[in-house]
Amino acid sequence: MDPRKLRLGLVFAAVAIALAFVLPLAAGEPSLRMRPTAWPEVAMAGLLFLVAAWFADGRATVPGLVGVVLAAASSLLLLRDTGIAGSAAAGFWAIVTAVWLASAMSVVSLAAMRPIRANRRRALNLLVPLLFGAIVFYLWEVAVRGFGVPPVLMPAPSAAASRFMTSLPTLGADFFQTFVKGVLAGYVIGCGAGLLVAILAHRFEFLGRGLLPLGNFFSALPLVGIAPIMVMWFGFDWPSKAAVVALVTFFPMLVNALAGLSASGHIERDLMRSYAANYSQSLTKLYLPAALPFIFNALKINATLALIGAIVAEFFGTPTQGIGFRISTEAGRMAIDMVWAEIALAALAGMAFYGLVTLAERATTFWHPSYRT
Amino acid sequence: MTSSSLALRLQTRRSLLRHPLVERYAPVVTMVLALMVIWYIAAVAMNWNLVRDGFEREETPYTTTHVLAGTMSAERPLLPAPHQIVSTFVDGVFGYPPLAPRSLVYHSLVTLSATLIGFAFGAIFGTLLALMIVHSRVLERSLLPWIICSQMVPIVALAPIFIVVLGAIGLTGLLPKSLISAYLCFFPVTIGMVKGFTSPDPLQLELMQTWSATPRQVLFKLRWPSAVPYLFASLKVAITISLIGAIVAELPTGAEAGIGARLLAGSYYGQTIQLWAALVAAAVLSSGLIGIVSLIERGVNRRMGAH
Repeated sequence: MDPRKLRLGLVFAAVAIALAFVLPLAAGEPSLRMRPTAWPEVAMAGLLFLVAAWFADGRATVPGLVGVVLAAASSLLLLRDTGIAGSAAAGFWAIVTAVWLASAMSVVSLAAMRPIRANRRRALNLLVPLLFGAIVFYLWEVAVRGFGVPPVLMPAPSAAASRFMTSLPTLGADFFQTFVKGVLAGYVIGCGAGLLVAILAHRFEFLGRGLLPLGNFFSALPLVGIAPIMVMWFGFDWPSKAAVVALVTFFPMLVNALAGLSASGHIERDLMRSYAANYSQSLTKLYLPAALPFIFNALKINATLALIGAIVAEFFGTPTQGIGFRISTEAGRMAIDMVWAEIALAALAGMAFYGLVTLAERATTFWHPSYRT
Repeated sequence: MTSSSLALRLQTRRSLLRHPLVERYAPVVTMVLALMVIWYIAAVAMNWNLVRDGFEREETPYTTTHVLAGTMSAERPLLPAPHQIVSTFVDGVFGYPPLAPRSLVYHSLVTLSATLIGFAFGAIFGTLLALMIVHSRVLERSLLPWIICSQMVPIVALAPIFIVVLGAIGLTGLLPKSLISAYLCFFPVTIGMVKGFTSPDPLQLELMQTWSATPRQVLFKLRWPSAVPYLFASLKVAITISLIGAIVAELPTGAEAGIGARLLAGSYYGQTIQLWAALVAAAVLSSGLIGIVSLIERGVNRRMGAH
């Protein structure tokens, strides 16, 4: 990052803070100078931005970030004033602009750092996206509350979070219904069956050459459309969701595992031959380990597909539980904060699921070139 | 001369099974036939009780052959036989004028338009994102993790509120559906194009540097051409996902037209054959779209000098 650009950005942030003292916070409301609880923090943040602009290098990050936190906190406190929330004017948006500018500069200078120690690099790799996400959520919160967007359209993240906290039992029941019963059961059945059929197709070449084009064809179809049929066959409860998930996850696993099983090299296969290994021995000692990266690729693809399949299947009929059911009923009742809480739940569950698969992959395919760099 | 030609012919006759066409298509045809046989058996087994109960309710005498015939032509079977689905599909496509509300062509067109708009948005947005990520280290480190996280959010869960929110600001019809399609399909394009734009060798990049090429020249003369194979691979994934997005977006909105609406109606009124016909339409649509993308890919490859 060019230090001159960094300095310019931080100076602009400080100027925006200065503007906040001059411009009105909201029409007919006392300005920032008249608020003894707010102005010292904001002024402090402005000073910190100036200090950061003075350094304009790696040392600028800490004062810059402290200033960002101070200014962001005071702007959120100002929003508690009912006169400002919903009718914020130029002075308030000047603070928000300062926060945005200074945090963008800090993220940029952070991302440009290349620490030598591995654990610091890892911490930085985690910190940069987290900061980025925090800024996005801050801007969302401030925009919704500052402009007074009606909660029916778009709730503030804090409203969704508080709703999340107060309705934990409901969310827990929904999670259990959709995720533990529907998704996990279907995922295990679908991926297991896919792997099994792939092994059979690898063992018997004729079967493999017949199944591969069919598998490719089916994995490109919008299979979630089968959901209403499964609901008709297996009823409203979780078996129909598990069936959809199993069907949706089967073909990606089949295609990927088949590609993986034939990924082992000629030399390794000849070696197994020269050891007089029978098929099951070569399968467990050569083919399956060589197929692991491909299998994990399919498991990762399926992790997202499975959740989508289960939620779609819930649109076609459920017992009065489940993430998809709750979303459609609460959206009908215009309780959008609850909908967002459910979405957060689904996202968290999906990310945790994906993360677990990735951890398992790291633990079992550590030998693969892509992890050894 | 004669002996060799004779030998050759003998060989060909003996190895009719080894003929390249047979070798290539025999396994697939066998599998498809096996699937059909399994399907017919399953149709008989699943519809048996339904048909028999029907006979008993009407208290008409029946034999096994009657029930067997009944399972093949039931009006609302649990699992319709393939020929029923095909005839309903053909009837839905050719039996009505293309814009009649009962025509499958009409519903397919509605879904197709949302799919294509969403696909165009998603592909362009995904490519732009990949460009930005390749050119900026900051974005690579701060944005890429969030893009991956964004795919963990089951977007179909978002579909209903999306429709509510966009409906409240006066956007209805095609746009919300195509936005959902776009959200679903930008991801494979971004990931594929980041890989594609970074696929040139360091050697080639250094060569561009020795020619003091500007970043734009590097982009258009090196990065873009080497990303084309990745572009088409991800476009093929993206277009099917886009179709899924459009179909799913039609479910919670209670849209009255489109393949998704057809599925929903079929499930509400127990019209299983109609439901399966809509599924076949979706399958035809998706394989047709992939076929078009592959054709374009072949043409572009030929223009670029590949054989």
